[in-house]
Amino acid sequence: MNKKRSVNVLLLITILLFVVMYMAGIVIYGSKGFTHFQTFLNILINNAGLICVTCGMTCVMLTGGIDISVGSLVAMDCMIIAVGVTRWMWPAWALILFILAVGVLFGLVQGFCIAYLEIQPFIITMAGMFFARGMTAVLDVHQISVTDETFTKLSSLKITLPFGGYTNPKGMYVAPFIRISVIIALIVVLLTGFMLRKTRFGRSLYAVGGNQVSATLMGLDVKKTQLRAYMLSSVLTSIGGFCYVLNTMCGTTTQAVGMEMSAISSAVIGGTLLTGGVGTIIGSVFGVLINGTISSLVKFNGHLLASWANIVTAFLLMLFIVLQAVFAKIREMQKK
Amino acid sequence: MEDNVILTMRGICMTFPGVKALDHVDFTLRKGEIMALMGENGAGKSTLIKCLTGVNKYEAGEIHLEGIKGAIVNKDTLDAQKKGISTVYQEVNLCPNLSVAENLFIGREPMTKFHTVDRRAMNKRAEELMKSLNLPVDVRRKLEDYSIALQEMVAIARAVDMDSKVLILDEPTSSLDDQEVEKLFTMMRALKKKGVGIIFVTHFLEQVYEVCDSITVLRNGRLVGSYPVAELPRVRLVAAMLGKDFDDLAAIKTDSTEDKSKAPVYLEAKGLSHTGTIKPFDLTIHKGEVIGLTGLLGSGRSEMARVIYGADRASTGSISINGKPSKIKAPIDSMMLGMGMLPDDRKVEGIIGDLSVRENICLAIQAKAGIFKKIPMQKQIEIADKYIKLLEIKTASRETLVKQLSGGNQQKVILARWLATNCDFLILDEPTRGIDIGTKTEIQKLVIQLAKEGKSLIFISSEIEEMLRTCNRMVVLRDGAKVGEIEGRDMNQMSVMDAIAGGAEK
Amino acid sequence: MSKLKALTHRKLFLPIVSMILVMLINVIYDTATGSAPFSFFYITVKNGVLYGRLIDVLNRGSEIAILAIGMTIVVSASAGTDISVGSVMALYSAVCCVTLAGFGVTNTSTYARPLIVGILLGILVCVLCGAINGFFVAYLNIQPMVATLILWSAGRAIGLLLCNSQYVYIRVPSFRVIGGYIGFLPTPILVVAICITVMTLFLKFTALGTYVQSVGINKKAARIAGFNSARIIFLAYVICGLCAGLAGMVATSRIYSADTNNIGLNMELDAILSVALGGNSLAGGKFSLAGSLIGAYTIQAITTTMYALGVDPAQAPVFKAVVVLIIVVIQAQPVKDFFAARAARKAVKEAA
Repeated sequence: MNKKRSVNVLLLITILLFVVMYMAGIVIYGSKGFTHFQTFLNILINNAGLICVTCGMTCVMLTGGIDISVGSLVAMDCMIIAVGVTRWMWPAWALILFILAVGVLFGLVQGFCIAYLEIQPFIITMAGMFFARGMTAVLDVHQISVTDETFTKLSSLKITLPFGGYTNPKGMYVAPFIRISVIIALIVVLLTGFMLRKTRFGRSLYAVGGNQVSATLMGLDVKKTQLRAYMLSSVLTSIGGFCYVLNTMCGTTTQAVGMEMSAISSAVIGGTLLTGGVGTIIGSVFGVLINGTISSLVKFNGHLLASWANIVTAFLLMLFIVLQAVFAKIREMQKK
Repeated sequence: MEDNVILTMRGICMTFPGVKALDHVDFTLRKGEIMALMGENGAGKSTLIKCLTGVNKYEAGEIHLEGIKGAIVNKDTLDAQKKGISTVYQEVNLCPNLSVAENLFIGREPMTKFHTVDRRAMNKRAEELMKSLNLPVDVRRKLEDYSIALQEMVAIARAVDMDSKVLILDEPTSSLDDQEVEKLFTMMRALKKKGVGIIFVTHFLEQVYEVCDSITVLRNGRLVGSYPVAELPRVRLVAAMLGKDFDDLAAIKTDSTEDKSKAPVYLEAKGLSHTGTIKPFDLTIHKGEVIGLTGLLGSGRSEMARVIYGADRASTGSISINGKPSKIKAPIDSMMLGMGMLPDDRKVEGIIGDLSVRENICLAIQAKAGIFKKIPMQKQIEIADKYIKLLEIKTASRETLVKQLSGGNQQKVILARWLATNCDFLILDEPTRGIDIGTKTEIQKLVIQLAKEGKSLIFISSEIEEMLRTCNRMVVLRDGAKVGEIEGRDMNQMSVMDAIAGGAEK
Repeated sequence: MSKLKALTHRKLFLPIVSMILVMLINVIYDTATGSAPFSFFYITVKNGVLYGRLIDVLNRGSEIAILAIGMTIVVSASAGTDISVGSVMALYSAVCCVTLAGFGVTNTSTYARPLIVGILLGILVCVLCGAINGFFVAYLNIQPMVATLILWSAGRAIGLLLCNSQYVYIRVPSFRVIGGYIGFLPTPILVVAICITVMTLFLKFTALGTYVQSVGINKKAARIAGFNSARIIFLAYVICGLCAGLAGMVATSRIYSADTNNIGLNMELDAILSVALGGNSLAGGKFSLAGSLIGAYTIQAITTTMYALGVDPAQAPVFKAVVVLIIVVIQAQPVKDFFAARAARKAVKEAA
């Protein structure tokens, strides 16, 4: 009775937090253009990759696991594309398929170690994190720009929206726009959301996270579900990597550092329980939006250091983790 | 196969390392029969059920199920479920974070033609099922929104809907209140009418006589017998479970009838309780007295000891030691007051397996001394050697890891741990379980010896005879409450069993 | 055969073998490149200080060794790891340097406050970080790695904030002593020696070892035997925070500046790897400090060797990640069961 209420409360806090933050932005930085619809769209554009990654992270966290290799995997994907177009001379479609394949393989190895060898997810994905980051450097230690024509086209493609524009001081109508990465991210969100709600696999993710023993007794293949969750996470991360490279158009070793942190905190802030079994894609998307709003606010301020965004995110993560722990304690006490 | 029989087990044998867990056990279940499976700790109830559901692999014997030719072998619980044998456990094995309907249909959800879960159909079928079983449940809500009893019934509903012929209920009533138990029984009776055979495992005698048709009793891995309920009155049931031929009971005299009630009071507990496990009780313990806590497993005998020791923090009540009111929040507090406890599950709460015999023996005195006052190695060796010799602990050396010792010797190591603290009051929870006869006698002698030295003890055992031999007074518990005390001369097998069973008049 | 088996089951077998392996690679490499075969072990005195690759490993490995001490305790007591140590080192660096240089100053040749104030304040902050981690793990029952993830992210960020995202140089000779030399001896080696001595004495004369291991092996039994399990786990994290502070002290003094972006980067992996390589189970329980220390220096030797082989520092994690993977896979229970079952089958066959 209480868990249900408490989780709803967490999601409610999250949505409220987003609204309050955004309103604060409008009040404080309204004159700098925070009121424009484009500001919101920019948050989406800048975080398209993170949205994909967080969807994968949510699936893994639903099973009660965690995947901290995602940031490094994004960096590796970016570097593969950068090196691929400049040195291997592969066509764009081949590279995209290749990073997806890398994602599958990466998830397969991690998932196998976690599900079938019963190693703590944290240790394995930490090894994965360092492996991917190191491999990025093995591919190249310098920054490489993505110069391929297809990628440039995709990257600069503006999709203007027919509404929500504004007229600038010079009297010109500025139409709001999104980029291809946002479309990809939205598709990922819709598909994972649908998958979690409507498919057998999606429901078994919840069941495994809810109670592993029960799930086994009820005839679910727990190990296979876990393996698939990690594979899904890595594949979605690779898609996120593709979105990411469209934004940055380069590959470097220091790309997407700390992205795993953003993804985890987004999921947790969005109401996903660390213990598994509870969480929604829509909550996680709100989590990402909160993170995006924080960075956006820091940017609009202009004087604050970028690390402020990290600190606030970490603080929010801590707050929500403590809240989860407190709710769990209350629940336990009320049960008795 | 004879008529109406749906399940037979013949000559089932099963060995765990060093223990014969099941020894040629036979078992028969008929259509529409509710059979109680009874027995104390280590009797083999859960092992038998695990053999039936495919969790354990039995070495000999065969299982026959109605409608299937030849002996069946279940690979796992899932396989057993497919054949029609479902189990509902004490802890509800469902997913509390999913809806009731999902819990009913997970793994076999109705699908739409697009290969997605058809929620509408699922909810509809779930509703019909709930209606047919008369359960007031909104199938769309999360399972955790409902009480344990309803969750339990949802689990049973799931089993029923999967066309189970045999339903095993493993202590389903432990956490239910009377009303909820009644609801469960109504449901069981309804299932009985449908022809489902039910195996009901419980510790509550009342419930057995209320709902069951027959009783099968196991002891020490052997079948004691199967009886229709009418032919096995309570006292006889208790006797069968505890291993005493009823007619012999009256003949046995107790050894220790010494009255210690004149000795100074050591401990006095008033209104002590722990919510959910033991209802408020009063208890007085005198110096040099051995008190036996008796009752069946799950009656609250271990729980009473745990609350006194502070292993479970008391919800209500107070304790005074030597006349002084004392606060016990954690085991270390009671240790400082001179207590010690040998817990019933020595693997989980007793030994620290990867530490040596010496370290395990010196653990409690170290804890009492505090982190900064390390017991010097020389002294540790002295203490360890002293108790290894005194208790005749069989170990390769004092540095052998304690997990490599046999059960009896592990038990002695824990005893040594408390003896080393020179405590005034020692709680021994099933100190003789799972150990050889020789060690059992040694431990009993030790208990009497300690009492002579003026120490007070609480002694808990499933074997009444053992308690009669060592205890001055017995406290009887039933269903999580203290129901009486038996003093000195009144103590004999019959009186104790009567008390456990809840009065001979019933 | 049985002797070999006994040998491989010795506690320090794994760390010592890997150490020897690394040295062997050095010898082969030196021989192949035409240097003296054992130049890895040569110790000479150059410019009045000790010099040589072995000394280099001992010197550069100091931070990892100090971290390994704290990490060993944490792993033993809580069966989890503290992944915030690298960030906490960076935080020390920022706190210490900003205290000494004054807020907003990026380059100074005089102390704004006495050296000892900077160091103590830095270490105090690190101990506090350890206490925060410990509180989350011990009292709120949050998985260790998730709990320490918070400071893993925030520690470095707070440090950057203090330094205003800039390097803070302390160009005072006395500041460089801890990371430099005392006489001919590199000071970090001395710091490690002191840490090890203190820890060893602590383990010898207090019951810390028994407490930590008991809680790590069987939390419930330890409670019944009178230990306050939560308090011990809390203490373990505080010790780990202290060690991170000391490691940060050495690292900061070595480069006489607060390079918050890079100090302690990826150090958590090295520290965890040291513990695992030292033959300690990451599932908690019994620990060997000596093993962890040998593990720490082995890792430094690997790193030094890799640099000698011309591997870019950024690429080094690949190799380390693979080593971690191999170690944890070997330690995994299903793998152990698989080999045990195979050995049993073999034994049955031989008997028959």
